[in-house]
Amino acid sequence: MDWQRLLVSYLVGFVLLNVLLGLMAYMTWFERRVLARLQHRVGPNRTGPFGLLQPIADGIKLLAKEDIVPANADRLVFLVAPLLSFALAPLGAAVIPFGETLHLFGVDVPLLVADINVAVLYVLALGSVGVYGIILGGYASGNRYSLLGALRSTAQVISYELVLGLSLVGVLILSGSLSLQDILREQQRTLVIGPLTLPNWYILSQPLAFALFLIAAVAETNRAPFDLPEAETELVAGYFTEYSGFRFSFYFLAEYINMIVVSLLAATLFLGGIDGPIADGVWWLALKALFFLFFYVWLRATLPRFRYDQLMGLAWKVLLPLALLNIALTGLVRLWGIGAL
Amino acid sequence: MIDFSQPTPVILSEVRLITPTRRELVLNMGPQHPSTHGVLRVRLTLEGETVIACDPVIGYLHRGVEKLGESHRYAQFVPWTDRTDYVAAPSNNLGYVLAVEKLCGIQAPERAQYWRMIMAELTRIASHLVWLGTHALDIGALSVSLYTFRDRELILDIFEKFCGARLTTNMMEIGGFSREIPPDLPEMVREFCRYFPKAIRQYEDLLTENPIWLARTKGVGVIEPEVAINYGLTGACLRGSGVNYDVRKAMPYLLYDRVEFEVPLGTHGDVYDRYLVRMEEMRQSIRIIEQCLEQVPTDGPLMAYESPYVIPPHKNVMTTAEDMQRHFIWVIKGFSPPKGEVYHAVEHSKGELGYYIVSDGSPIPYRLRIRSPDFVNLQSLPYMAQGAMLADIVALIGTIDIVLGSVDR
Repeated sequence: MDWQRLLVSYLVGFVLLNVLLGLMAYMTWFERRVLARLQHRVGPNRTGPFGLLQPIADGIKLLAKEDIVPANADRLVFLVAPLLSFALAPLGAAVIPFGETLHLFGVDVPLLVADINVAVLYVLALGSVGVYGIILGGYASGNRYSLLGALRSTAQVISYELVLGLSLVGVLILSGSLSLQDILREQQRTLVIGPLTLPNWYILSQPLAFALFLIAAVAETNRAPFDLPEAETELVAGYFTEYSGFRFSFYFLAEYINMIVVSLLAATLFLGGIDGPIADGVWWLALKALFFLFFYVWLRATLPRFRYDQLMGLAWKVLLPLALLNIALTGLVRLWGIGAL
Repeated sequence: MIDFSQPTPVILSEVRLITPTRRELVLNMGPQHPSTHGVLRVRLTLEGETVIACDPVIGYLHRGVEKLGESHRYAQFVPWTDRTDYVAAPSNNLGYVLAVEKLCGIQAPERAQYWRMIMAELTRIASHLVWLGTHALDIGALSVSLYTFRDRELILDIFEKFCGARLTTNMMEIGGFSREIPPDLPEMVREFCRYFPKAIRQYEDLLTENPIWLARTKGVGVIEPEVAINYGLTGACLRGSGVNYDVRKAMPYLLYDRVEFEVPLGTHGDVYDRYLVRMEEMRQSIRIIEQCLEQVPTDGPLMAYESPYVIPPHKNVMTTAEDMQRHFIWVIKGFSPPKGEVYHAVEHSKGELGYYIVSDGSPIPYRLRIRSPDFVNLQSLPYMAQGAMLADIVALIGTIDIVLGSVDR
């Protein structure tokens, strides 16, 4: 029955959204602890055991702050922009498969919210729409730092989206589908090369695409070393300079949700998602995503920031040609594989 | 001949002032900005991200230190020097006390001179660590700043052990040191010298060959040697351009002619070369400290007590009438150096720090002028910023290594 499927996917979506919001809160804790460890510091450890209550304390603090709208801001846009960013961020997680279909009480419960056949395009499209929150927020603040941050963000997201999309084409050629579930199913097969039995994860067949995706994803989520839109040493805080209180935290949270979603996506597209050596399941996905999240923090602790022109040069002169090369190679190999060459 | 009937024309600045058109954006960077190192304000005219004009506006931390010097007795001014360049207080003390000692014709005992060198070189390292940390932080390398501040703590611990204060140390006195060196201090310094080369390697691992660091610093903010000389730059800003001028070699003071060290020079005069020069300076400072620790006599006087300009030793004040009277006058009235004028420069971590004192024979300087390296070096910012990107500006402010307390005084 249709309404039943709708209800099930609504419930799965509800659970997922809440888990995601909780994870995101703890992502801030995770980042602060790991960063502190890498920087010879202790990090938050006063609120609760290991500082585990810190995200809650931060949330309460931000809620209690005054919501300031600058006098020369475009009021409506200023108020709506952070909501746009925040609302769009978790939607990407809807197409990520978290496990095999469950059978509960005679009902099939697919462990993903929506199995749409253009999932990859959907995720990329969300990324492009999500940047509107940043552009509008930066423009509406009526602050020059915000404006510069928004401009940087626009240029950056457009450039890196291309790389992000093109890096995935190789994967799509191999899997022959845009649906994440199909891509996952392809990866769950095993690959036998002589004496070796390997999982058919696309990181093995598409290492270049994986590297490009990883770099572009860091840029897409505005994280170091590509955190130019919010470079605090140049632009104070970039596009959210004028935001305070919970509106600020909407941007902040959107960034962390984006990180989690991109990590989940990378794990699903290249590392076989829920596929693992033993007992396939959501824990493998979590482990892989956690690795990517750690990678994000690690980058931030290690690398200096690119300059604006260098960032553009990297995208258009290095990454884009490499992505095109990867597509050409993958296409040739694919044609040769099915005997069309 | 000035015609006093006409109002004097005042030229405030030779810097090109641009009237922005619609294509340009004027960005006011500072005085409250995370990477203007205090309260520097830079008025930027931007076209997109490219900087067309850059006017540094200073004075937000002006406290009239020079004027204060002209209303305090000579010995009272030492704590004020701490507060000019507050990340390198002992070097400021040193410059001032050497100038006063030159004026009075006194010389600190050998042991005190060695310890002054040790403290000055430790200060150089501490100041360079602050520079490196903030410079790297400005360019986006977050962790380096925490590592450098971790290691700077060790130096501050040595200062604390020696004089009780960590930042504004008020360490040097006219005539030497009036406090005895704590017995375990040499070992602390030796321990630091053993540890620190490893720390430098750690920073270099993070930065020196990092492609992003190279991209951000190489070829940025180039100053040609002639331009550097014309701007009157000193310190690493000058040596980064390849001009060999170090006050320690050019006009040796203390006992710098008894120790061996090299003056690192850059070749391209860009941000990266100045970075390399300062990194090497820290290594050379360690070398100097090690030689000083070998050569310093283990005991002997630390203060030139034989001079009438120096405060009498505490023990004598309590036991002899003459010294008690001298002490009373020294504290209440101050000492009166001979008439004359004197300039003494030291190689501060930022460049040539000079004190120019005019004495009219009274216990208060008639004129006290501080030639602060930060102020002079900051002038080169508009030159370096020509055609730079917005992100370069923070790298350029960082590479000059300014402390606004010293710029504004």
